Amino acid sequence: MSALLEVDHLEVNFGGRVSAVRGASVTVERGETHCLVGESGCGKSVTALAVMNLLARGARRSAKRLAFEGQDLTGLSDSGMAHLRGNAMAMIFQEPMTSLNPAYTVGSQMTEVLRRHKKTTQRAATDRAADLLARVGITAPGLRLGQFPHQLSGGLRQRVMIAMALMCDPKLLIADEPTTALDVTVQAQILRLLAGLQRDLGLGMLLITHDLGIVARVAHRVSVMYAGEVVESAPTAELFANPKHPYTKGLLRCVPVPGKIRRDEPLGSIPGTVPRIGPGFEGCAFRERCDFADATCAHTVPRHAAGVAHDFLCRLPA
Amino acid sequence: MSVVSVTAGPKRGWKSISTWIGAMIVGIAMICAIFAPLLVPHDPFAQDLSKRLLPPFWMEGTNPDYILGTDQLGRDYLSRLIWGCRISVLIGVTVTVVSALIGITIGVLGGFLGGRVDDAVLFAITTRLSIPVVLVALAVVGLLGSSMTLLVLTLGLLLWDRFAVVARSTTMQVRNLDFVAAAWCAGCSRFRILSGEVLPNIASHLVVVATLEIALAILLEAALSFLGLGVPPPLPSWGLMIAEAKDYMFFSPWVIVIPGVALFVLVLGINLLGDGLRDMFGARTDP
Amino acid sequence: MLQFLVRRLIVAILVAATVMTLAFILTRLSGDLAISIAGPNATQADVETVRKAYGLDRPLTVQFFDWVGRAATGDLGESYFFKTKVSKLIGERMPITVTLGLTGLVIALLVSLPLGILAAVRENTALDRVVQMVALLGQAMPSFWLGLILMITFGLQLGWLPISGTGSWQHYVMPGIVLAFSAIPALTRLTRAGMIQAMGSDYIRTARAKGLSRASILLKHALRNAAIPVVAIAAVQLGFMLGGSIVIEQVFALHGVGFLAWESIGKNDFPVVQAVVLVLAVIYVALTMVADLMNAVLDPRLRGP
Repeated sequence: MSALLEVDHLEVNFGGRVSAVRGASVTVERGETHCLVGESGCGKSVTALAVMNLLARGARRSAKRLAFEGQDLTGLSDSGMAHLRGNAMAMIFQEPMTSLNPAYTVGSQMTEVLRRHKKTTQRAATDRAADLLARVGITAPGLRLGQFPHQLSGGLRQRVMIAMALMCDPKLLIADEPTTALDVTVQAQILRLLAGLQRDLGLGMLLITHDLGIVARVAHRVSVMYAGEVVESAPTAELFANPKHPYTKGLLRCVPVPGKIRRDEPLGSIPGTVPRIGPGFEGCAFRERCDFADATCAHTVPRHAAGVAHDFLCRLPA
Repeated sequence: MSVVSVTAGPKRGWKSISTWIGAMIVGIAMICAIFAPLLVPHDPFAQDLSKRLLPPFWMEGTNPDYILGTDQLGRDYLSRLIWGCRISVLIGVTVTVVSALIGITIGVLGGFLGGRVDDAVLFAITTRLSIPVVLVALAVVGLLGSSMTLLVLTLGLLLWDRFAVVARSTTMQVRNLDFVAAAWCAGCSRFRILSGEVLPNIASHLVVVATLEIALAILLEAALSFLGLGVPPPLPSWGLMIAEAKDYMFFSPWVIVIPGVALFVLVLGINLLGDGLRDMFGARTDP
Repeated sequence: MLQFLVRRLIVAILVAATVMTLAFILTRLSGDLAISIAGPNATQADVETVRKAYGLDRPLTVQFFDWVGRAATGDLGESYFFKTKVSKLIGERMPITVTLGLTGLVIALLVSLPLGILAAVRENTALDRVVQMVALLGQAMPSFWLGLILMITFGLQLGWLPISGTGSWQHYVMPGIVLAFSAIPALTRLTRAGMIQAMGSDYIRTARAKGLSRASILLKHALRNAAIPVVAIAAVQLGFMLGGSIVIEQVFALHGVGFLAWESIGKNDFPVVQAVVLVLAVIYVALTMVADLMNAVLDPRLRGP
């Protein structure tokens, strides 16, 4: 059986000038949480939007293979894609404050997804919406259904977004930094909720984050993105224990791990920022910031396998 | 590899073309207005009843001396058109000067001082917007008799609202900028800050408003003159020309087409120029 | 919300009072009204009679408060020329003006909303440019001249529509179109800007992520939010259209309130003139309040938490 989501050599550029994603490959298996990590601007959100075909106008998307449950998405018509979105594949976003339409009630925004994709009555849709609101930990769901987004807090709105994404029993949930805009205490709650839902409902989840703490707690598999490329991909434990790519190593050094770090040891940081890359760029994008870079890094770098299901993109040997 | 979505980026070329067209129209109108006495081929006021309603050049039976024909009193239409341009431009500019003085003063005061003063300014704007402009202008001219000065003053007193709205909102924005705060701290007087910091920074917005207001004033003058309560005859205002020619329009439509098209083109030109300036300055003009 | 309405109502009353004062001053600008009413051939005695009969011999302040006091109870005085109650005159003529104004507004909305939506959806394409050009052309069009051109074309040459008068609904088509022209540019631009803003918002991305149909995204999710400023401006435009209908009523010989005011100006019938100014101002203020209420219906955030 094919994987739930296969992305092979995805390329996205804006107006032919900026290459946001350069040959990224990601595979999400059924019932697995796959985390996409990287600094802001590394192309992880664009990758998610490209999968959903939600890129802004002016963006160009291409891929060797982009398939959901074995079905090719690149050749799918707009309406064919619309029938998948919100239905078998759902997405939640970083900005809960603005992602709900201010003019309609929570209930009406939730039920319209179900009524769009499944044959059902308004009554049944409302019942399902109330069940799901309860499921995502919202008390008094009946009351909330009749409320407008501006009457809810950020954490509640994100819970509503999650419940709304689950209306049609999706097989794949893409969550684009779902906790970034929230208070720290609420972040933990939402994360626990997502992890629980993923496990209980057997969701395949593509979770985008820049927070390695989150990755360590919920991911089965991690792909590290840098400047539009997946530079390293491995099962979570393997990646944390045995990082290969200098960038991954740098990222992991930035995370304080209690007990493993001496009190007065400075936290690591990677000097510089993610470069903007245009078409025709060659070689390793990290070489400007890398301690191990040499002249060969300006040329095409090889992808190595480093054990089972672990590969990375670097001139250094495994 | 398959390409899924391609969209071209914005093109701005047409915008600059339309701005140039606008500037050209306005330029020609200014030349006509300033040099009207030199440009007119005939005396625009000289009647010759033997040459009434001669058709313009594209029709049959024309007289080559009168390219755009003559009106119902035998006056040369081209000369009257050029003279009318002078009147339109004159009224547009003077009305805008009057309304700009009023509007900018109260708008800047409201925006700069805030509080009670601003409440009063907002109230004045609301009241002004509730007054039907055409009706009141007609009533004033109707009661006091038509003259150019009265017309300019009346329209000037009625059309300051957009200046006030834009001056007020832009002043508020400028007031809160860092360099203005710095000027306060440096101990500059209110007057220094207003004239040295605020006005230069809101000027570009006001220039764009001015183009809109000139266009509006020209249209209103034409409408009032058309109703017989604007520019007094025998002055050849385009609105008055249309009103006087109205009785003949069913037989010779060109008598109203010519001044109407002139009016339309002039106002369009001013608006095109104003649009171009707005894009250039990045100015806001919506209330 | 209630507090907001009360405050708006107070402002409305203050505006009405100010307009009344201005209208009163306006009609007294010409100096001695009695002379102009009595006519050019009147003797000194005639003028005195007129002055007494109309109460113009009283001090101006007395006249003013008399008018304000009566107007507050709905009595707008008596027309000098028609010799009837001004309120009755305006009441008779108002349906024509309101019909004209509403016709104009409906036509304007029918044109601007689709044009604005199309231009927004096809932003920066040739279609968008054409729509913006149409808005510019509409803004430059002298309404009375457009009226005459329509009369020549559709009335005389094609014979499709009646040229003047108020006999049937067809009589309102041409004046309605002309009046609509004054509102179309602003409404189109606003619809376009609102739709562009809405289409770029996060909630539209959510709607797309939900797989909703294009029609639902555009018309349910985007238009609802884009309509909020449009409604406010549409109400204001209707107010302007009622005030501006004086020109068009004259062109098409529609005997509405504007026509009445125009006639009365010519006859120095100042109670009618000042009453029409006041009534139009009050209608305008009322329309802005209606717009606020409609916005509260469209935008739940305005209704409070």
